Amino acid sequence: MARVRVRVSTGVMLLAGIVAAPALAGAQQPQTAPPAAGAAAPAQVTQVREELERLRLEFEALRRTYDERLQQLERRLTEIGGGPMVLTPPATQTSAPDHQQQTPPPPPPQTDPATPSQAPAQQPAGSSKVFNPDISVNGNFIGAAGRNPFASLSPLQLSEVEAAFQAIVDPYARADFFVAVGPEGAEVEEGYITFTSLPANLLLKAGKLRANFGKMNTLHTHGLPSVDRPLVTANLVGGDEGFADAGLSLSHLINNPVMYLELTGEVFAGLSDVFQSVKRSELVYVGRVRGYHDVNDASNLDLGVSFAYGPSTIDLPPGLLTSIEPAPIIQAAGMNKRMVGVDATFRYRPPSRAIYRRLNVRTELIWSRQEMPEEMFESAFGMYTSAEYQFARRWYIGGRYDRSGRTLDGDAIDTGGSAFLTFWPTEFSQIRGQFRRINFAEGVKANEFLFQFNFTIGAHGAHVF
Amino acid sequence: MRKYLLRLSLGAAVLGAYHAAAFAAPPAPAPIKVVTTTADLAALAREIGGDRVAVTALANPTQDPHQVDPKPSFIVQVNKADLLIAVGRELEIGWLPSLTTSARNAKVQPGGAGYLDASANVKILEIPTGQITRAMGDVHPQGNPHYWLDPANGRIIARSIKDKLSSMAPSDKPYFEQRYAQFDTKLAAAEKRWDAMLAPYKGAKLVTYHRSWPNFMERWGLNVVGYVEPKPGIPASPSHIIELIEDMKRQNVKLIVMEPYFSPKTPESIAARVGGTVLVLAPSVGAVKEAADYLQLFDYNIGKLAGALKLATGR
Repeated sequence: MARVRVRVSTGVMLLAGIVAAPALAGAQQPQTAPPAAGAAAPAQVTQVREELERLRLEFEALRRTYDERLQQLERRLTEIGGGPMVLTPPATQTSAPDHQQQTPPPPPPQTDPATPSQAPAQQPAGSSKVFNPDISVNGNFIGAAGRNPFASLSPLQLSEVEAAFQAIVDPYARADFFVAVGPEGAEVEEGYITFTSLPANLLLKAGKLRANFGKMNTLHTHGLPSVDRPLVTANLVGGDEGFADAGLSLSHLINNPVMYLELTGEVFAGLSDVFQSVKRSELVYVGRVRGYHDVNDASNLDLGVSFAYGPSTIDLPPGLLTSIEPAPIIQAAGMNKRMVGVDATFRYRPPSRAIYRRLNVRTELIWSRQEMPEEMFESAFGMYTSAEYQFARRWYIGGRYDRSGRTLDGDAIDTGGSAFLTFWPTEFSQIRGQFRRINFAEGVKANEFLFQFNFTIGAHGAHVF
Repeated sequence: MRKYLLRLSLGAAVLGAYHAAAFAAPPAPAPIKVVTTTADLAALAREIGGDRVAVTALANPTQDPHQVDPKPSFIVQVNKADLLIAVGRELEIGWLPSLTTSARNAKVQPGGAGYLDASANVKILEIPTGQITRAMGDVHPQGNPHYWLDPANGRIIARSIKDKLSSMAPSDKPYFEQRYAQFDTKLAAAEKRWDAMLAPYKGAKLVTYHRSWPNFMERWGLNVVGYVEPKPGIPASPSHIIELIEDMKRQNVKLIVMEPYFSPKTPESIAARVGGTVLVLAPSVGAVKEAADYLQLFDYNIGKLAGALKLATGR
């Protein structure tokens, strides 16, 4: 009992102590002052007063400055019509570096009071989201009917989903990524940086890119005028994957009074479906000259010559190894291949009817010369000619003639023809039907009907040209 | 010997003439090469720049400025430009980025010293709010880009161009200031004329094809009650046409204003059903030969419109 009482009294004392502490502390303050006072007290009080007065004046000055600034700002706001002040560049200029956003806005223009203007109501670009790349996703759904013993097309398939991420990197470059996901998995179709601010009319791209070999090779699936690519692409230029590889592309614009003239030189690692390198020292080289000329406001001519050279790995034809039964698949690496391409495009689009009429006629010729074992060479030639005509705001009709040998057998000539009809509900979706006939070199004929739904969501991409 | 002397004196004369030509007048500085995406911006750049600039417009004025091909010949123009002026607000989104990327010209990259977005500081209408989807058609998230069709905005664009040119060629600043002042005076006088011409028709109702005219119509208090396109960039469906005809009949609207780059077939059939008329106006400088500069663009459009409104409203 005694112990309990002791504990209680200790608790009460503690509590009292806690409660009293601030009061005591407060009480102690005036008590501490007197020792510091004494003879020097009036001098110190004057000093404190002076200090206070100085602070008051400073505060007043500060207040005046802020008042003036506020009034200035209000004036500016009224001058620009009461709209919010634009502190940020438009969202399209997401490339603007951070420090640009923090700099104060330029003084607003002197506005004629008779014609009040209004600052554009823009989203404040404070969020880091404005620096997100432009994102779009394209789906390519295709279907096939009819007979083709060599084709691997399923009756229905989502053949490709391509996601594009594009933005300006910094004041010197932009970057573009295209990730394609198909039945065989995901792959970076292209991913490169483009240096836009180089001297001497140069443009440098570095990364994985579609080689600047001909016209068809640089087009993505959604930019094609037909469901498929021409036979020559399948036989000589890597098929659907095309000639896309890791490398560098440097191009130069030659200014002249006659035409647009561009020279491109590219070097690739040799990891594509067209060229395969097994040695670090053996690279793939591509060169292209492109000339373009406006015939008039409505028509233009686009011409190109391309060249590619590099090592490839080939499956040896079983014919060379007839002594062994069954013939094993033997590959030969480091076999050099040379390809030359010529392409020509004629476009007609009358400006005042640009949304209703368009004609594109294109032809591409490709020669391939593949080194074979025992110092032999296999030459092959392939070509296509296609035409596409827009006859109404949303309708296109087209046709294509195909003829191509094969890289390892130039005498095996496949020929074909296609007719296609495209309906464009908007520029973000296309519905297309295509009749395709192929006469394979083996004597087999294929008659097929292909159809396609191609659709894009997200950012508005560049018009295909 | 005589021949030799003759040659010598001829040579001296030629040399003398060359020197006289070279020293008589100080060499004029090369004009600033200005490339604009549209003819309207080119017209305004000429008003301000005078002989100190060489201006080229990319898009043909008879063409829908949304639907321009990024032609390589444009790359050559942008490559040589000291200053690139764009309408902005994503009007050129389908074609300008690929041109600037391939232009090999650091100055005119967006944000560069030689790039001017003319939409800065102008009055922008129809900025969509809330959720924006493509179900709304080809809608511009940053507002309607046809803002140059209000002369008040033209003045602001001219001022932006004047400021830009002055910063690029500070020694010519007084020249640009003077040209701007002249343009401002001319424009102010013309505005009074235009206001007077359209004043009787304030509140008059009409229909337009595309949403190209909100700034123009708002400026003169005209009331756009419908569009031939159900949504921007989407062609009219039969049901929309029927609804529009009903609407026009109900509200007694007799005038359809359209751009020259659309087919007149649908508007004409609608006009025939409501007993009205179709008026093709010039959305850009140079779309018709009478609209050769920025002021003439309005002279032409307002003259035509006032005439058509007189017929349609009987005022």
